[in-house]
Amino acid sequence: MNHGIVDKLKSIDRRIIFLFVAVAVVVPLLYPLGLPLKASPPSRSLYREIESLQSGSVVLMAFDYDPATDVELGPMSLAIIRHCFRKGHNVIGMALWPQGAGLARTAFAQAAEGYDVEYGVDYVNLGFKAGSIVVIDSLGKSIHESFPKDVDGRPVEDMPLMRNVRTYADIDFVMSMSAGDPGLPFWIMIAQGRYGKKVGGGCTAVSAPMLYPYYPNQLVGLLGGMKGAAEYELLINTKGAATKGMDAQSIAHALIVFFVIVGNIFYFVSKRREKRGDVRV
Amino acid sequence: MRRDIPLIITFVCGLTMIVQFFIPHWPFGEMKSYFQQSYMIIAAFAMILGICNLTKLHLKKIRDKRSQWGYSIVLLFGLAAMTIPGLFIGGIKEDTIFDFLFRNAHVPMQATMFSLLAFFVASASYRAFRARTLDAALLLIAGFVVILGRAPIGDSITWFLPEGYRMSEFANWIMAVPNTAGQRAIMMGSGLGIVATSLRVILGIERSYLGGE
Repeated sequence: MNHGIVDKLKSIDRRIIFLFVAVAVVVPLLYPLGLPLKASPPSRSLYREIESLQSGSVVLMAFDYDPATDVELGPMSLAIIRHCFRKGHNVIGMALWPQGAGLARTAFAQAAEGYDVEYGVDYVNLGFKAGSIVVIDSLGKSIHESFPKDVDGRPVEDMPLMRNVRTYADIDFVMSMSAGDPGLPFWIMIAQGRYGKKVGGGCTAVSAPMLYPYYPNQLVGLLGGMKGAAEYELLINTKGAATKGMDAQSIAHALIVFFVIVGNIFYFVSKRREKRGDVRV
Repeated sequence: MRRDIPLIITFVCGLTMIVQFFIPHWPFGEMKSYFQQSYMIIAAFAMILGICNLTKLHLKKIRDKRSQWGYSIVLLFGLAAMTIPGLFIGGIKEDTIFDFLFRNAHVPMQATMFSLLAFFVASASYRAFRARTLDAALLLIAGFVVILGRAPIGDSITWFLPEGYRMSEFANWIMAVPNTAGQRAIMMGSGLGIVATSLRVILGIERSYLGGE
C-alpha cells in the first residue's frame, strides 16, 4: 500500500469522520430504508407480561432518566404507556431523577392522545422524590407518605386512582425506565427482591449488558436502547420515533464497524512496515 | 468528639438497618422508617447544598477571572433562568415559564450534548479500537456482532442465512450467555466488596468518608 495514502488516512482529520457520521444519520432519517425489525426475547417477554395483566391493573412506572437519554428511553416509555392504556391498565408515574418528572409529564400527555383516559383516574404523575433506593423501599410502607402530592402539587389522597393504592401490595407490575443510578437494579433489589413484585423495564443500550444477568427471573422483560423501543413499537403495532430512528442507527453502527476495520487495516500495514524497518520519518 | 459523633451515628444507623431486615418489628421497623424519612430529607438538602456550592465555586472563578471564566457566567445565567421562574414565577407546574424552558431549552440542549457521543465514538473507533492481541481481536469480533446484531442492519446483511442463524441471534446469544456470565461474576465480586466496605464503615474502620486526616 502506498505510504503517503496510509499515513494520510491514519491521521485523517476527525471532522471528516464527523461529517461521515452526520451523513450516515441524516440521510436515512430523510429517506428511510425500511430495514426489517424483529423483537428480541426480553422485549417480547415484557410485552407478554403487560398483555397478560388483567384490565384495570395498576402499573408503577419510574421515569429514572433525564433529557440526555430521552431519545432512547422516551419512545419506550411512550410505547409502554400506550400499551397500558390500550389494555385498560392504570399507570402511576414517578421519578428518582429530578428531570424525570417533567419527561413523564410529556410522555403521559402524548400517550393520552387518542385514548379515553383521565388524569387522576387512569394515570397519575407523582413527580420526583430525592432519596434513591430509600424512596423505593419507602413505597412498601406507604406511597401516600412518600408522595403526598403529585407533580403539580395536587393532593394524592383526592385522586380516585390513588385511593386504593397504598403500598406495593396494591401494585400489579413495577417498571423502571432507567438511565443509570438510581434505576432498574435498585427496583430489582427492593421491589422484586424484598416485596416480591414483578419488575420489568427499559434502559439505555449501553447499560443493557449489565441488566441481562437479572433476566428472566428477577427481571421479567427488558427493552435495551432505541432498538428495544422500536421492538416494543413493533409489538404494539404503533410506529413511533424509535422505529423512525432504526435506519439511522443501523447505518451509523455499520459506519462505526467500517471505521474500526479500516483503522485496523492501517494499523497492521504500519506494523508490518515497522517490522521491515521501512519507517517513513 | 467531632469524629466520634458521626462514627456513633453511622454505627447505630447501619446496625439498625441490618437488624430490621431480619426483625422488621418494633422498635426496628419504626426506626427504619424514621431513618428512611431522615435520609430523604437529607438527600433533598444535599441538592440545595450542591447548588450553593456550585454557585460559590463559579462566582469565585468569575471574580478571579480564571481560565474560561466566561462559561461560569453562562452556567450561572442558566441556573438563574431556571431557578427564579421555578421558585417565584408560577412554580414548576405545567404551562409555566419553568416548564416552557425545560421542554424547549433544557431537553434539546441536554439531548444534543449526549448525541455528540456518536461522533466521538466514531472517531475513537477509527483511532483506538485495535486488534493488538488475541483477546482484543476476540473482543472486537464480539463487538462487531453485537453492534450490528443489535440494529436491524445485522439481519439484513445476513439475510442469506437460515432463520435462527442470523446476526441478531448471535448478538442475543452473546448478550445472554458470555455477557451474563461475566457480568454475574463481576456483580458477585462487587457485591462482596460492598458488604466488606459497608462493614468497615459501620464498625468505624473505614473513615475516609469523614474527610480530613
